[in-house]
Amino acid sequence: MLEIRDVHKTFNAGTINEKKALTGVNLTLNDGDFVTVIGGNGAGKSTLLNMITGVYPVDKGSIILDGTDITKLPEHKRAKFLGRVFQDPMTGTSGGMQIDENLAIAARRGKFRSLLPGVTKKEREEFKTLLKKLDLGLENRLSSKVGLLSGGQRQAVTLLMASMQNPKLLLLDEHTAALDPQTAAKVLALTEEIVSESKITTLMITHNMKDAIRLGNRLIMMNNGQIIYDISGEEKKNLKVSDLMELFAKASSGEFANDRMLLS
Amino acid sequence: MINFLSSLPTPVAQGMIWGVMAIGVFVTFKVLELSDLTVDGSFATGGAVFVVLTTGGMNIYLSMLISFVAGCVAGFVTGIFHTKFGIPAILSGILTQLALYSVNLRIMGGKANTAISWRNFDLLVSSRTDVIYETILVCVIFIAVLIAVLYWFFGTELGHSIRSTGCNAAMSRANGINTNTCKVLGLVLSNGIVALAGALLSQFQGFADVNMGRGAIVIGLAAVIIGEVAFGKIFRNFALKLVSVVLGAIIYYIVITIVLKLGLRTDDLKLFSALVVGLFLGIPYWKSKVHFNKKEKKEVKADA
Ligand SMILES: Nc1ncnc2c1ncn2[C@@H]1O[C@H](COP(=O)(O)OP(=O)(O)OP(=O)(O)O)[C@@H](O)[C@H]1O
Ligand SMILES: [Mg+2]
Repeated sequence: MLEIRDVHKTFNAGTINEKKALTGVNLTLNDGDFVTVIGGNGAGKSTLLNMITGVYPVDKGSIILDGTDITKLPEHKRAKFLGRVFQDPMTGTSGGMQIDENLAIAARRGKFRSLLPGVTKKEREEFKTLLKKLDLGLENRLSSKVGLLSGGQRQAVTLLMASMQNPKLLLLDEHTAALDPQTAAKVLALTEEIVSESKITTLMITHNMKDAIRLGNRLIMMNNGQIIYDISGEEKKNLKVSDLMELFAKASSGEFANDRMLLS
Repeated sequence: MINFLSSLPTPVAQGMIWGVMAIGVFVTFKVLELSDLTVDGSFATGGAVFVVLTTGGMNIYLSMLISFVAGCVAGFVTGIFHTKFGIPAILSGILTQLALYSVNLRIMGGKANTAISWRNFDLLVSSRTDVIYETILVCVIFIAVLIAVLYWFFGTELGHSIRSTGCNAAMSRANGINTNTCKVLGLVLSNGIVALAGALLSQFQGFADVNMGRGAIVIGLAAVIIGEVAFGKIFRNFALKLVSVVLGAIIYYIVITIVLKLGLRTDDLKLFSALVVGLFLGIPYWKSKVHFNKKEKKEVKADA
């Protein structure tokens, strides 16, 4: 369903700050794949997601979603097919707007925005039901500004927003990294629930190796702007953190795995 | 004292007209979080278009509508500079503002100043003391309608996307909102309102002038900030925030009247305004610093 063909991306090309973030990435996702993505800092994971979502244009290569070439499509037009949750809990929601307004904006993703009401009564009822599932008490705070919520609450709301409108692809960039362990676990459980319920094809970046192994049906490892391992099925199920560490050490050819990976 | 009170209606009326213009500034400065300097030009455009059309025989309401549209066009140009040419918003506004100086002179047939008299035209507002209360009433109705329309608009799907663009552009794009279009729309709307205010002021003072908008952005910001400082804690609803902007403009003009009575020279008024607005703009920054320092000290104490 998603096909990434030989995608290259260099930042600040031709300057002393030149950084080759992606050097020929090829990846094909199948319908319903739940892929976890690991790799050291600067490996190019976020850049890969940003290429799919269109935050930056690709230098070379193409991205094809369900047969349509979206390589040149502007970010807001691709949004129709994509649900996104960012690492920073502040990024996924409009803090100055109410919870119901945020959800309503997501509910109109990919639709023409007219002079009809921004949130309808009927929607507010639907949002209440949705929010109840989070079990965070937000169903009674529809009119609260999102800026008043905690990082975990905001991330949970963003996750709801990202899964609205049946996106073809759900993209999660370390979306629990900024949360305390308890909240992170909760948001992760919610992620699992949403993905398994709606069977959205999902790409989830994480630094937590245990999560990377436990979740999903496929795992890819990135290093130096390339995908170096792509493991799925039985092989993935039998993976151990130590295996990944070994793979990682081998990949970075003697370089030690960075601290963040060792710790998790 | 009685003398002072009896002179109040004029600054109140003046404040209300500038309050309309400040509502336009609010749309860019607060909703979109852009600093738009087009307003200095589009304010005069509104006045010039109104006076020229009305003295040319057009119905005043139609003239005001066309003033509004002219302001919208000015905002559109700034929006294109900003989103299609990639020029920073503030510089885009300066470019349009400069261009408008020539445009406004053209509109007024090469004259820097065009008069319109209440004797010949049935104007909506006037600074004449014998009709000042009627003027205030007209302003109240005008502002009430404007705020009602904006309240409705920013509650629509489109209005939501403009607010969201100002609040969090990354989130907006991730949810399919064309943030560039929204910025242009916001600039269009804002300058339309500002031009309407220009049309009102030209009626109030009885003439349009190429320089009537000079420093308008400063007065607009003053109104927004004074309104926020004075009423921010109690007025949280969007419509009430717009009311506080108008109240801010009224307070501004009352203060100006007072300082002029106390002996400040009219020539020094702009210097005074700029300093006051600079001061108020600095307050949130200083507050955050003080807050931070207090917090730091507390933490140090807690550590010890
Ligand atoms: N906008 C940008 N401008 C310049 N360089 C960038 C930009 N975005 C990413 N890079 C660089 O590209 C490389 C890949 O970055 P990327 O964010 O994709 O890494 P990552 O795998 O997500 O790492 P992390 O685990 O730290 O999030 C890094 O060297 C980074 O500094
Ligand atoms: Mg990253």
